Parts: sequence; C-alpha cells; structure tokens
Amino acid sequence: MIDAIFTYEFLQNAFGAGLIIGVIAPLLGVFIVVRRLSLIADALSHVTLAGIAGSLYLSQSVVVFSALNPLFLGIAASVGGSVLIERLRTLYKHYEELAIPIILSAGIGFGAIFISLAQGFSNDLFGYLFGSVSAVSREDLLIVVAIAIVVLAFIVIFFKELFVLSFDDEYAKASGLPAKWIHFMFMIVTALVIAGSMRIVGILLVSSLMTIPVAAAMRVSKSFKQTITLSIIFGEASVIAGLISAFYFDLAPGGTIVVTSILLLLLVLIYKKIAVSVKRGAIA
Amino acid sequence: MEAPLIEIKDISFEYEETKALENISMKVEKGDFLAILGPNGSGKSTLLKIMLGLIKPTKGSIKLFGVDSKNFKHREWIGYVSQKSNSFNSGFPATVEEVVAGGLAKKAGLFRRLPKTVDEDVLDALKSVGMEAFLHRSISELSGGQQQRVFIARALVAKPKMLILDEPTVGIDHQNVQAFYDMLAALNREKEITLVMVTHDVDTVTDRISHVACLNQTIHFHGFKEQFQTLSDEERASWYGHSVRKIHHVGGAH
Repeated sequence: MIDAIFTYEFLQNAFGAGLIIGVIAPLLGVFIVVRRLSLIADALSHVTLAGIAGSLYLSQSVVVFSALNPLFLGIAASVGGSVLIERLRTLYKHYEELAIPIILSAGIGFGAIFISLAQGFSNDLFGYLFGSVSAVSREDLLIVVAIAIVVLAFIVIFFKELFVLSFDDEYAKASGLPAKWIHFMFMIVTALVIAGSMRIVGILLVSSLMTIPVAAAMRVSKSFKQTITLSIIFGEASVIAGLISAFYFDLAPGGTIVVTSILLLLLVLIYKKIAVSVKRGAIA
Repeated sequence: MEAPLIEIKDISFEYEETKALENISMKVEKGDFLAILGPNGSGKSTLLKIMLGLIKPTKGSIKLFGVDSKNFKHREWIGYVSQKSNSFNSGFPATVEEVVAGGLAKKAGLFRRLPKTVDEDVLDALKSVGMEAFLHRSISELSGGQQQRVFIARALVAKPKMLILDEPTVGIDHQNVQAFYDMLAALNREKEITLVMVTHDVDTVTDRISHVACLNQTIHFHGFKEQFQTLSDEERASWYGHSVRKIHHVGGAH
C-alpha cells in the first residue's frame, strides 16, 4: 500500500485530502454537534450536490464550465445555502428548524433537475455522491488544503468565542461577544468543509464524518478539549481504514469510511457500558 | 458623585404589538442589591434583557455606568447569570474549569488568547462560590444548584462591578435556595459587587437585599426593602394581581 502511494499520484491525492479532511471535518463537527446543528450539515451537502450537478450539466454545453472544476460551483452553492439558511432562521424565529428541510429539499430538487437535464455523467456523479479514491485530482487536493488553512485559522482565532457561543449563546450575546458574526462565519466555514470533504466521503455521507466521530468521543470525554482530540483521532482512524479498504476491495470510500466510524462508535459504546458496569460493581 | 451603574429613563417595549413594558424609569446605584419582583409575564426578564443590551427598547434611553448603552464598551464590567434551564445545553462535554474560563472571553478581547493568569482567576472565582473542589468535574455531572454556582463563578471571573441574575434559583431545590442567597449577599457585602436580580422568592430574599422594584408592565414600587416591608397585603395585591403576603418560616430567620 505504501509503495502504491509513492507510485500513483491519484493515491497521494486521495490520502492527502483524506488525512486533512479527517482532521477538519470532526474538528468543526464538535461545534456542530454541541450546537445541535447536525442536520444543517446534511442540508448544505445536498445544496452542494445541486452546485456540482449544475456545473457538470453546464460543462456539457458551456465551454467555460467544461474547464472549471465542479468543486468551485459546489463550494459557491454550499456557501450560498449557508447564507440562505441563516436568512430563513431569522425569518422563522419560532420555527428555526424549518430552514433545514426547505434548503435540503431545494438542493435535492435542483440537483435532480440538473441530473435529468444532463442525461449522463453517472460515473462522475457516483463519485460525488459516495466519494472516490481515484477521482481526487491534484487541484482537488489543493482546494482541500486551502479550505483546511481557512478552517484551522478560524478555529484557532475564535476558539474561546466559539466555545462560549456553543455552550450558552444567550450568555455570549449578553457578554458583548459578536455572536451573530461569529455564527455567520461559522456557517460559511461549515459550508467550505462540506464542499471540500465530498470528493473523498461523498455528498450523501459527508455529514457522517462530522458527527459520528464526535458522537463516539462525547461518550468517553471528560472535557471539551478532550472531545476535540478524540473526535479527530476517531475521524482520522475512520478515514485511513476506510481509504485502505476502499482501495483494496474497490469500494466507494464514503461507504467504507462511514462504516468504519460506525464500528468505532459501537466499540466505544460497548467499552463505555463495560466501564460503567465495572465501576458500579466496584462500588457495590 | 459617581454615576449610577444603571439609569433607565422612560423605557417602553412592545412585543408583536403587545405592551411588555411601559414608561419604566429607575436607577441602580453602586453597592445596591436590587430584587426585581413581579408576576409571570410582568416584563421582568425583558427589562433585564434591555439592561444587558440583548434587546432594544421601543422608546426611552438607558445609561450604563453613566454612558449611553449604545456607546458602552465595557461589557465585561457586567456579569450575567441566566435562568439555567433556558440557555444551557445540559449534556455539554466540558469541565467546570473550561466553563468558568469562558467568562474571560470578552475581557481578553477578539484575536487574543486568554490571559496567563487564567488558572488562578478561575480558581479564585470558584472559591468565591465554594466550588473550587469541582474544578475538573464535568459540568453535566453537577446538581442544579452546583451548576448555578459555577455560572456565577463564570460571571465573576472577569471581576465585574455588577451582576445581573435572571431567576437564578430556578432548578435549585428548596433546601439550597437559602444558602444560594446567602452566597449572593456575601458577594454584595464582601466583594462590593452590585447585584440586580429577578426573582419570585419574595419571602426568602427580602432579608438579604437592599432594594426592591415591583414590576408589572410598569414600576409600581422602587425603594428600600424596609419601605417594601411596610406595604400592606392590599397594596401588594394591587400591582401583583393576587395576594402576596410575607410568610414566616418555622425556624427561619424571617
């Protein structure tokens, strides 16, 4: 496997992008989960699908789009979707969750129309839906690197504000923190991570990499920082094991990565149950 | 003479065409321990939110530490303790230490790290609410009363000049409410922190406070607690909506 990575550029791209996504998706995922925004990731991934499908369709008839990486239109759609979600959440103050099904169905709706219009690109589309080891180009890798720099810079710079906002948003606003702006930037960054992750994990499974490692970490963590560390470890383990098995068994990496993360979650849940039983036994 | 910490002039607030507050004027001076009393829906929490700048009044003005609230820059001078059940995610994976350190975020400033003294500051704040032994415990493992003490420590860690508390005893069992108010009174007395608190516990709190404001859309009474205690049951009922009487607890100090 190591020899193959040194030999083939597509494997270098896939593993490079995968390792980076294994860090940034669970890192941002911790904030998404504790802020109870998990479904927003799903809505944005479907909006990204519309952007990708639109780009692939346009590339068949418009010269400019044939030279453009579909990821760019996917990113634009995802960021646009995040802005729209925020607008809708403000509009429906008492039913904020309504924004998610509205944007999610709009994404699927536009995606379905573009796919029908194109009457083709099923191979490309499969890669975008479930991820692909072979389809990650050097340009895709560079886009992922750029997104990772933005995400890491955002988290490092605004970590303390993000923590306060995630724990208690009313307190954050009362303290005079620019909660609205930080949340807005958070949504944009989330959109970027989703768009960047889908080449490896796929549009339909990208939100899983942001939530399942976090779900496992939260069961065994004692602190917020420990939750972040364990989420990244579980995320990385899922990506590495998932990519290797996808390569050897010729499977969609999105599936293998997510199934690995589910297995890790099950192991953590079993470990936690045993640990609690042992503790109770020791006390009794 | 030092400016009042809060000076409200002729404030009104309407929520979706329903009047929540009408022509409120009041001052909170340095060292006050003010309890804002009123029935449900009387606008108590709305008034606190206006004081904190979370919502803007439809009419009127508010000064904080002598400065118009729109131009007031020192939010870290005001600590806020909300109703625990309203805003806190009870399953949040964080330690007491992390939660209290979060209280320094505004004081540290954007693009800056927490101060190097963060560990000492957090420990000092926890000591002042008697929770130093819980430093490394998970916030979700604590009882309602313990969590509320931690939230007061979070408000205290930035060394505020004033604390604003919105029904802080919601979710605390009755036996611990008295001890909780004793702790607030000690903060007011020993650390000279001005306290503004919305509460329903009229009887329990009156021995610890210095001032009372009775609110039901508008201010019906604002003065020293001794004056409040001389009000007849009928006078209290006229603004509260039903009879409010001082109850003498068996074995209690009041």
